[in-house]
Amino acid sequence: MNSPLSSIILFQIGPVPITQAVLITWGIMAVLVIGSALLTRHLALVPDKRQAMIELIVTTMDTQIRETTGTEPAPYRSFIGTLFLFILVANWSSLIPGLEPPTSKLETDAALAVLVFVSVVWFGVRGAGVGGYLRSFAAPNVAMIPLNMLESITRVFSMFVRLFGNVMSGVFVIGIVASLAGLLVPIPLMALDLLTGLVQAYIFAVLAMVFISATVEDGQPDPAPSLQKKVP
Amino acid sequence: MDYLSLASIVCAAFAVAFGAIGPALAEGRAVAAAMDAIARQPEAANTISRTLFVGLAMIETTAIYCLVIALLLLFANPLLG
Repeated sequence: MNSPLSSIILFQIGPVPITQAVLITWGIMAVLVIGSALLTRHLALVPDKRQAMIELIVTTMDTQIRETTGTEPAPYRSFIGTLFLFILVANWSSLIPGLEPPTSKLETDAALAVLVFVSVVWFGVRGAGVGGYLRSFAAPNVAMIPLNMLESITRVFSMFVRLFGNVMSGVFVIGIVASLAGLLVPIPLMALDLLTGLVQAYIFAVLAMVFISATVEDGQPDPAPSLQKKVP
Repeated sequence: MDYLSLASIVCAAFAVAFGAIGPALAEGRAVAAAMDAIARQPEAANTISRTLFVGLAMIETTAIYCLVIALLLLFANPLLG
């Protein structure tokens, strides 16, 4: 059995090896970009069925972001929404026979986690300024600076391992069961895998949102004593 | 089979087995508390289940860490070369 930690190299472009996961990621990117471009081509004030469906998705995301952060969703909608949709489509791409979800490989999840880390810095600096972002490390007091710096790395690392572990274990278990009893037996596990994929995509997006909003809130000059502040 | 690979296999099994106990108990407690809360306040079910899912994923991560350690021992053991 192939190791779940290694990845299959398909071909090389110059010195860069292109793995199966990268190729599937490109496919998903193409599907998402072309799909959303086609779906949002003729937007009207009175929506038809297609537009109503897209509006439902966007409104649901907006509601989730608003409930998580307590602020307006507009600055975060594109990043968090793309993150959610990409991970969801990537997790569910295992439905197509022969495809392995790219999120079941280490490098895709690591890239997503790095993206979240960079976006925390970006939104933190944009929301509270460079000084405000640096001040967010000193919350709640100065003694916490080393721990906060450590935490900013470990929490991203734990997101990475969580997504990888969940998706990879699903693929792995289905592989083992399919090699023991191929007919009909893996189907309930696949259904469970779909649920796990949805929940993991949701959690990845929500956690990214929580980290970003916590950084922005901690960087504000006068920290208002908010009673409902979420601590991850 | 030398002792190092034997120990790796046994330890991988132990890591998953004992690593699953704690998260299982914790998730049971979390779900029970959430059920209790929903029974008391059915109108808050949406918020409770949203928070519950995030919390469950957090708890589950500890079991996933154990799984990753077990897979590292089995497939990418640095000592076996």
